[in-house]
Amino acid sequence: MKKHQQYVDHVEAIQPKRNLAIGMLKAFWVGGLICVIGQGFSYIGELCLKLDKDATAAFVAIVMVFLGALLTGLGVYDQIGAYAGAGSVVPITGFSNSVVAPAMEFKHEGYVMGVGAKLFSLAGPVLVYGICSSVVAGIIALIFKG
Amino acid sequence: MTGDMWLMFLKAFFVGGAICALAQILLEKTKLTAPKILVLMVTLGAGLGILGIYPKLIEFAGAGASVPLLGFGASLAKGAQEAALEQGWLGVFLGGIKSTAGGITAAVVFGYLAAILFNPKTKP
Amino acid sequence: MDKRLGSQSIVFEKPPVVAGYASIVGPKEGQGPLAGWFDEIIDDDTMGEDSYEKAERVLYRQATQMAMKKANISDDMMDLMIGGDLLNQIVTASFAARDLGIPFLGLYGACSTMAESLLLGSVMIDGGFAARIACATASHFSTAERQYRVPLEMGSQRAPTAQRTVTGAGAVVLARDGNGARLTGGTIGRVIDYGIMDVNNMGAAMAPAVAETISMHLIDNGFAPEHYDRIVTGDLGHIGKRLVLELLQERGFDLSERLFDCGCEIFSSGQNVDAGGSGAGCCASVLGGYLLRNLGGQGMHRMLFVASGALLSVTSSQQGESIPAIAHAVAFEAD
Repeated sequence: MKKHQQYVDHVEAIQPKRNLAIGMLKAFWVGGLICVIGQGFSYIGELCLKLDKDATAAFVAIVMVFLGALLTGLGVYDQIGAYAGAGSVVPITGFSNSVVAPAMEFKHEGYVMGVGAKLFSLAGPVLVYGICSSVVAGIIALIFKG
Repeated sequence: MTGDMWLMFLKAFFVGGAICALAQILLEKTKLTAPKILVLMVTLGAGLGILGIYPKLIEFAGAGASVPLLGFGASLAKGAQEAALEQGWLGVFLGGIKSTAGGITAAVVFGYLAAILFNPKTKP
Repeated sequence: MDKRLGSQSIVFEKPPVVAGYASIVGPKEGQGPLAGWFDEIIDDDTMGEDSYEKAERVLYRQATQMAMKKANISDDMMDLMIGGDLLNQIVTASFAARDLGIPFLGLYGACSTMAESLLLGSVMIDGGFAARIACATASHFSTAERQYRVPLEMGSQRAPTAQRTVTGAGAVVLARDGNGARLTGGTIGRVIDYGIMDVNNMGAAMAPAVAETISMHLIDNGFAPEHYDRIVTGDLGHIGKRLVLELLQERGFDLSERLFDCGCEIFSSGQNVDAGGSGAGCCASVLGGYLLRNLGGQGMHRMLFVASGALLSVTSSQQGESIPAIAHAVAFEAD
């Protein structure tokens, strides 16, 4: 196949682009707000539930994941995402969204190969790379210890 | 509420917001899809965790650093490092998941429940 | 008489007649500028079914039945139905054909399928192999989104070059005899690929194929663009439409006065659909609604209907392949 580089470049030049500054501003305030909510739950864990540092971190993660799943189920998170972009993708609520959204969608394919398998279709890669990175971290720790 | 707490909220807002704003540049400039951004964030977080940079940021900004997925990666790395130092090779395999068990289990359980209870709707 | 013309075009010796046509669209399309021309606008895009895939089949079946009813031809009088859709293994068309029980030829040409169906249907009638044929295609936003893009509830941003898949179906019943608009000929497209990789910019991927087919049609027939009152493209959207006009300009054809793109017209700019509408049901529903209703009216006697399709799959684009595209043209005439 002959590639028409001139055409490809022309298309690149004329296609509409989103305004980066406005996109960043939206991502900034929504992402910041989600983190503030997380900080609020962190204080609830620390001061009201008297949790230690690690337990507080786990508590915040669980609550934020719950909120992300709930808002996805209610059909709100996709609208937040359409507005905020990375502002709602990057927080852990976005991870939760990427777990729930495909699982909901594939319910008609059954509870095992539909919901069960699709639960990890987008989140699986995150766990694969996250867990492999953690093993690398552990090995590095071992090397420097020895 | 003490002045320290207000300051912490402020720091969480600005640091968390800044991380998201930087990720937005990646999203727009590289045409990476959202799942790829998430993978990048976790791996980058683990990398910054290994270097000892990210724990300092969490110390400084609290949820502003731990709620973005970078924090999940850093937490995986930190768990594996600590467990490796305590238990050796076994710890390399146990530590990461152990320190993030809450988030992972919550994602699976709440994800499953939400998928069963709700149906997807056509975007307006 | 030689029915083949030039390198890619055909003319019909006994032009088939449009005996009936129909269109059904979803709620969002029903708020667009062409709303008044559709036969039916549904309020609930699940059609009371428990999955969007099933809803798409109902759209397909109902549009076909409505067109047959308007043509006054019953199921058992139909010789053939031809059509397809966007879903894997064209299940929408095949399952609708199972329900209707009419002999069926399933086609896949992505969003070009309506023009492909009309071409082959006309060839069958002109050749004497059938006397009554239903051609139909359908698409549904929520099935296409899940198959080609991301789950509906995923919180991601749409690219400004992306188009929205139309929820809708259109059907045309062709007959050997009658008084309606006639299909006089057409041009079979070649698969063209200029190397566009961006799956969120289908208009740019399809524009070269559309420009190629339109110019070959005009050259093979010896027509100037003015021969047609309107040249209709399927779902190029705003970016693709601009590119097609530029590509044709380079070949010496000025279409700016008479090009009508269904993808640009089905939604208004206030409907938040970025580059316009797309999908096999986009041009089919506009054809079975606005276009055929106006054909034969004032200043609208000859129309070239050019539907284009992007022939990619999720696998091909994940493997880093560019997007090949095709466009077929069918000429309509009405007194």
